[in-house]
Amino acid sequence: MNLLLTTLAEMPVPRDLPLPLPLPATLLKVLLVLFFLVHILFVNLTVGASLLVTIFEFMGRKPGRERYDDLALAFAKTVTVNKSLAVVMGIGPLLCINLVYTLQWYGANALTGHAWLLIIPLVTTAFLLTYLHKYQWESWRHGRRKILHLATGAAATLLFLCIPFIFLANANLMLFPGEWEKVIGFFSALQVGNVLPRYLHFLLASVALSSLFGAWWFWREDAPVPGFTREQLRRTFYGVAAAATACQFLAGPLLLLTLPGIGITGRLYAIIIPSAALGLLTLLLLLKKWHGPDSELGREHGLIWILFSVVVLGMGSGRHAYREAALATQTAAIAERSAAYEKALADFNESHHEQAIPTESPEQLFATCGACHAPDHRLVGPPLQEIARIYANNPAGIVAWAKAPGKKRPDYPQMPPFAHLGDDKLRLIADYLLATAPK
Amino acid sequence: MDFPSYYLDHLAGGRLIIGIIACIHVLINHPLAVGAYPLLTYMEWWAHRHGRKDLDELARKITFVVFIVTTTAGAMTGVGIWLSTSVFAPFGIGSLLRVFFFGWFAEWLVFISEVVLIMAWFLTWKKADTPEKKRKHIRLGIILSVMSWLTMALIVAVLGFMMSPGDWNQTRAFVDAMTAPLYLPQLAFRTAFALMTGALFVWFATFFFTKGKDNPTRTWVVARLSHVTMTSLIFLLMFGIWYWLRIPQEMKANSAVALLSQDFAQWHSKFLTLLGWTAGVFCVIALGGMTAPRLIPRWALLIPTFLGIWLLSHFERAREFMRKPWVIGNYLYSNGIRKDEVAFLQHEGILKYATYVKYRTVTSDNKIEAGRDVFMLACSRCHSTTGLNGVVEKFTRMYGPDEWNAAAMKGFLGSMHQTSTFMPPFPGNDAEKDALVAFLLETRTTRTPVSGAQSEGISLPETLTR
Repeated sequence: MNLLLTTLAEMPVPRDLPLPLPLPATLLKVLLVLFFLVHILFVNLTVGASLLVTIFEFMGRKPGRERYDDLALAFAKTVTVNKSLAVVMGIGPLLCINLVYTLQWYGANALTGHAWLLIIPLVTTAFLLTYLHKYQWESWRHGRRKILHLATGAAATLLFLCIPFIFLANANLMLFPGEWEKVIGFFSALQVGNVLPRYLHFLLASVALSSLFGAWWFWREDAPVPGFTREQLRRTFYGVAAAATACQFLAGPLLLLTLPGIGITGRLYAIIIPSAALGLLTLLLLLKKWHGPDSELGREHGLIWILFSVVVLGMGSGRHAYREAALATQTAAIAERSAAYEKALADFNESHHEQAIPTESPEQLFATCGACHAPDHRLVGPPLQEIARIYANNPAGIVAWAKAPGKKRPDYPQMPPFAHLGDDKLRLIADYLLATAPK
Repeated sequence: MDFPSYYLDHLAGGRLIIGIIACIHVLINHPLAVGAYPLLTYMEWWAHRHGRKDLDELARKITFVVFIVTTTAGAMTGVGIWLSTSVFAPFGIGSLLRVFFFGWFAEWLVFISEVVLIMAWFLTWKKADTPEKKRKHIRLGIILSVMSWLTMALIVAVLGFMMSPGDWNQTRAFVDAMTAPLYLPQLAFRTAFALMTGALFVWFATFFFTKGKDNPTRTWVVARLSHVTMTSLIFLLMFGIWYWLRIPQEMKANSAVALLSQDFAQWHSKFLTLLGWTAGVFCVIALGGMTAPRLIPRWALLIPTFLGIWLLSHFERAREFMRKPWVIGNYLYSNGIRKDEVAFLQHEGILKYATYVKYRTVTSDNKIEAGRDVFMLACSRCHSTTGLNGVVEKFTRMYGPDEWNAAAMKGFLGSMHQTSTFMPPFPGNDAEKDALVAFLLETRTTRTPVSGAQSEGISLPETLTR
């Protein structure tokens, strides 16, 4: 019990919104993981491919290697489509995470607020640069303009490489509410948990998936790139995908080892280890294709995608298992505190229900006037003494004025209308005013 | 609200940012998506039917502009509304999402189809080189037009609901929220606005892609689109009146203030005059296009464009203001306090149950700091301290430049929802009123800006578990 109290003392336990979830929480969490994976697939294809495009275009600069420039252009054409899908597919997981992790997610958003809002101009700029890069390819092909073109592409890629940090910082920060008190802004949020290993993991996945996508995209009969056979392209992309996947076997353990202990459970290992084993199988298959004869390249492409998808699903589920475990204590405390609050509120409203009904006394009603009218000196409006003199024996005049005040005094602000109080209450107020104002 | 407070002291707490993002989004969405798609599809269809290659080429070029703008700034400001409301009003967006999940979910699906369709429509335009393929391509444009209108129709349901929840308060059912009384007039008004400004946009863009006054392509566009502008204008006025008549009475009492902020409430009639001018200019341009298309120069179209921007921004602002003091009518106030909580919090104190505050009770030692927390919880979602819509300025207007009367200020806090019907009731106890007044008096002298959780972090009460 003592331990629990100590933990809670460092962790905010906010009250949840009292409205029920529109779907069962478990279903929303399943949807969150699935929608997120679709979203991140297109994010990977955007970030990874724009990085590869920049590299290919750079390689294509030298005379005799122009075919890499053509490859870069052909690949760039997929980025402008995938980036739009990345945005639109991001709404679904956002809906789900807002619902099931309302307090943690919005809390993290607020703590990294400036960076969080910067997403809008940064992504817009990155997108516009991507279009400029794609549509100016021909007209900026030679001389100095080519340098400008390369720079445009590199700038877009750089933005695409930086923006994920903001999302990662939020997805990471929400897991550790116990650390929130130490966080002051976006950059300090990067120091919570293990953002950097997560980023590395994400980046390698982006390169691997984009390469796998390239291996599929350039294999189609109607999409030849001059200077390359489709076998050459598929082999190259398989090679890059294999290299990135091999690196994951360093990045993955690093990520796992640097995770704060709070969410590490047997369940996490039970999900992660089989997925990693399957990842190894995928890697071996990629290497076999990369090494093997041309005749083998056409086969088993679908199998690689299936294996990859299962690995990704496993990693996504592992992430979720960690999140659930890391937030378990806080979630329970939140449920308890929210229920206690709603109970206290309901009890109060129940017991005060009868007392709230009786009509307010003229004195209570009159308090509304006191904010602007003092007995014997000017406050916002004229003193009550003066009003009582003007409306002596004329309470109906006060009522009429209060319902639709005019503007009589040039140096006073106009009084707001009080018609919403109703004639009866206004009359009570007027009578009270005339009876109590200093003579 | 029980969330860390993102807060910008100079920008009315920052709520202005949601407004700017939302206005940009609407100003892209209405003319360029909802309005322009059907018009461009119509151009493509006409070109196909009458063998007008020039019109087809023009429609494609304008679609390129639409494609670039909607898939960058258009899409990102749409997402931006989510991102910004989640930091400024998490209680509001969080609650709305729980009620409106299926609406938003459906909107998401339609949005996916809209994005896929605009990409497919634009990127396959040149490839549609046979009559058969062209017919299919035109069909894509029609579906896209329907989908983009549907996205708007779903979102307007949410907006209409926020202003006037209809039967939802009793039944808490999604269908009731969708059939709230302001839904249809608002949707009709926006549809007419989208077509009117969409026509003007296509017309304006035509000037950049065609040369010469007697250019047959240009003449075709001006003649047709001026008729569209005129027809939509008539509908816009009709639907505008319908909408106005449906706004519930209690909101109307606020609307003179809503239209031009409190200071200029008396300018209400002037606003109506200016509204008349906007309609008038659109009318003149449309009539000019119908009768003497050659005489309308390019720059002349900028006048209705700016007036259109101005009109819609004001419409959105008035709509947002008129719902005050509510975020969800009769359920949730703009500061995140629910209606049923007010009496309880006035009795118990707002700090007692708050999470992201330094003190849970007001003492003579912590009065100013506790007052700052009360400000953050009760006022900061709409007001700044000394910046835009600042509380110090508001009190100065009431109590003048000399010494302020603390007792009168406290009295005002207790009855501000009576004197200013757009204000929520003060959601705290007596000691918290004193603390807030102390904080305001202090801030008035020091003018130290208040920082939000994003710049100075959060502080939790020491007695959290005791």
